[in-house]
Amino acid sequence: MEQVAEPQVVLMRRDTAWSVGIGFAVMVALLAAAPFVVYPVFLMQALCFVLFASAYNLLIGYGGLVSFGHALFFGWAGYVAAYVAKVGTLSIPFWLGKLVWLEIPLPSHRPELALLFGTLTAAILGYVAGSVAIRRHGIYFAMITLALAQMMYFFALRAKFTGGEDGIQAVPRGRLFGLFDLSHEMTMYVFVLVVVLAGFLLIYRIINSPFGEVLKAIRENEHRAVSLGYKVERYKLLAFTLSATLSGLAGSLKALVFQLASLTDVHWNMSGDVLLMTLLGGLGTVFGPFVGAFLIVTMQNYLAPFGQWVLVIQGAIFVVCVLAFRRGIVGELANLLRVRL
Amino acid sequence: MFEIFGIPSQALFGQLLLGLINGSFYALLSLGLAVIFGMLNIINFTHGAQYMMGAFTAYLLLQYLGIGYWWALVIAPIVIGLFGVVIERLLLQHLRKLDHLYGLILTFGLALIIEGLFRNYYGSSGQPYAVPDSLQGGRNLGFMFLPNYRAWVIAFSLVICLATWFAIERTRLGSYLRAATENPTLVRAFGINVPRMVTLTYGFGVGLAALAGVMAAPIYNVSPQMGSDLIIVVFAVVVIGGMGSIMGAILTGFMLGIVEGLTKVFFPEASNTVIFVIMVIVLLARPYGLFGRGA
Repeated sequence: MEQVAEPQVVLMRRDTAWSVGIGFAVMVALLAAAPFVVYPVFLMQALCFVLFASAYNLLIGYGGLVSFGHALFFGWAGYVAAYVAKVGTLSIPFWLGKLVWLEIPLPSHRPELALLFGTLTAAILGYVAGSVAIRRHGIYFAMITLALAQMMYFFALRAKFTGGEDGIQAVPRGRLFGLFDLSHEMTMYVFVLVVVLAGFLLIYRIINSPFGEVLKAIRENEHRAVSLGYKVERYKLLAFTLSATLSGLAGSLKALVFQLASLTDVHWNMSGDVLLMTLLGGLGTVFGPFVGAFLIVTMQNYLAPFGQWVLVIQGAIFVVCVLAFRRGIVGELANLLRVRL
Repeated sequence: MFEIFGIPSQALFGQLLLGLINGSFYALLSLGLAVIFGMLNIINFTHGAQYMMGAFTAYLLLQYLGIGYWWALVIAPIVIGLFGVVIERLLLQHLRKLDHLYGLILTFGLALIIEGLFRNYYGSSGQPYAVPDSLQGGRNLGFMFLPNYRAWVIAFSLVICLATWFAIERTRLGSYLRAATENPTLVRAFGINVPRMVTLTYGFGVGLAALAGVMAAPIYNVSPQMGSDLIIVVFAVVVIGGMGSIMGAILTGFMLGIVEGLTKVFFPEASNTVIFVIMVIVLLARPYGLFGRGA
């Protein structure tokens, strides 16, 4: 087996500190200046996908687990967030011999509660779906996540509270903590930016924690990780749940930005989109999801008038990425500059 | 007319028949997936798109060349199979040394390209395709009405499935194939052209998908997205059956079609999701599938 030379590792660590720091500074500067040049709703949309793709990257890039069903967490969190923001009262079914509905009265028009409950929903769904999916590896894992997401898509289509084909429309953004009026575009932008950057930093922290190191070890050689005594299943399940939770945060945020939760966000196309963003940006890179999300969202916006060509181009990007460009844009750049990004 | 569990026999057997029809398509498609997976170690996400292309080939042959169903049944699998051969030669063969997941992602991209192109030219609404004259009508079996075309689809797909099983498990060519799955290097050393066999296997699996597409054309409308929804269900079928055995793929396909049909009678709300629920239960009880062997 290949030996990892010790000095190189030390060098990489030092590199990590400054190159990632510079990258982060550039990213924040761009995002701070952007709303004065670009339409804020577009930026907010892209930012939601940055968080979504980063959360997805945590699983695929660092855990080596390819999920084809992340729309499940993104979309369902969006539904719950939209429902809490619009209606308030949550009804949770309980099984006590017969079906009992537990009613939790919540104030509506409260974005922080919407985000909280949306994210919580994704965490629970992530834990349940993860427990089923990690029973198999590789291709089977991908197929299982896809099937689970499709099952929940049909639930969303049928359930009453999701509004079926119409979705949940006219979701109020409300006042954050009762103080900041989010119907104002710039206030909303700052709010989205703060949440997304916080999520981004959290993911960076997870990747570089001892947990993240074990995760990478499992990705590289699962059998060896098992033989070293790590409970691989637990690590994978935690990674899956964390990834789902943060995807849920992104989905809840998107529901507030667009004031809409609809079937688009739970459809398998969305799972494909997030995979595409991460792959194009660079699997297992810190800034890959940021670059990938902005590129894909821009492309989708500009090519929207050309109808189905978006699908064709996205497919072509997949093919090119897999055949010639497996490191992605940021991965290639990092390789060229010999730094970690 | 009589009733079973308070359900009129017409409705029950009608749904059972529909279940069997769906089951035939699940079986044909999961069979193709299993054959391809065995040789190439790739899960062919393009399978749904190739099924759709089969149906469109039949539709276009009739529309522009006046070639009917029976010839389409022969031509479409060959044309789409050749298309598969080209894809394997141009793209898939470069992935042999990479993680299997890249194959999944690449074929997913291909499926998007194909579906997007067809949607561009044919929109998302379905095009009708008539049942061939010789299979028009049906017969009354006393407890239900059996349309001839549907009886034909079930019988023919059974024959195809069993023939494929026979070819792989009982013939000399099949034994080469199975040997090459186990140890390609050794089989090459015996002078058998394994890369060509891999290419032809992919073409064959794709041809099966196209054949299913032609058979589906008169039942469902011919539309660009007819494959993408189906392929996800077929994936669940494959997870339930496990891809280790050819017979397993066939049996699971038919069985799940029937279960789905029965669900439509007794609990219609769950008919879309029942296969996925079964998948979860099977995964919890037997993680490697009903017919799978532990890796």
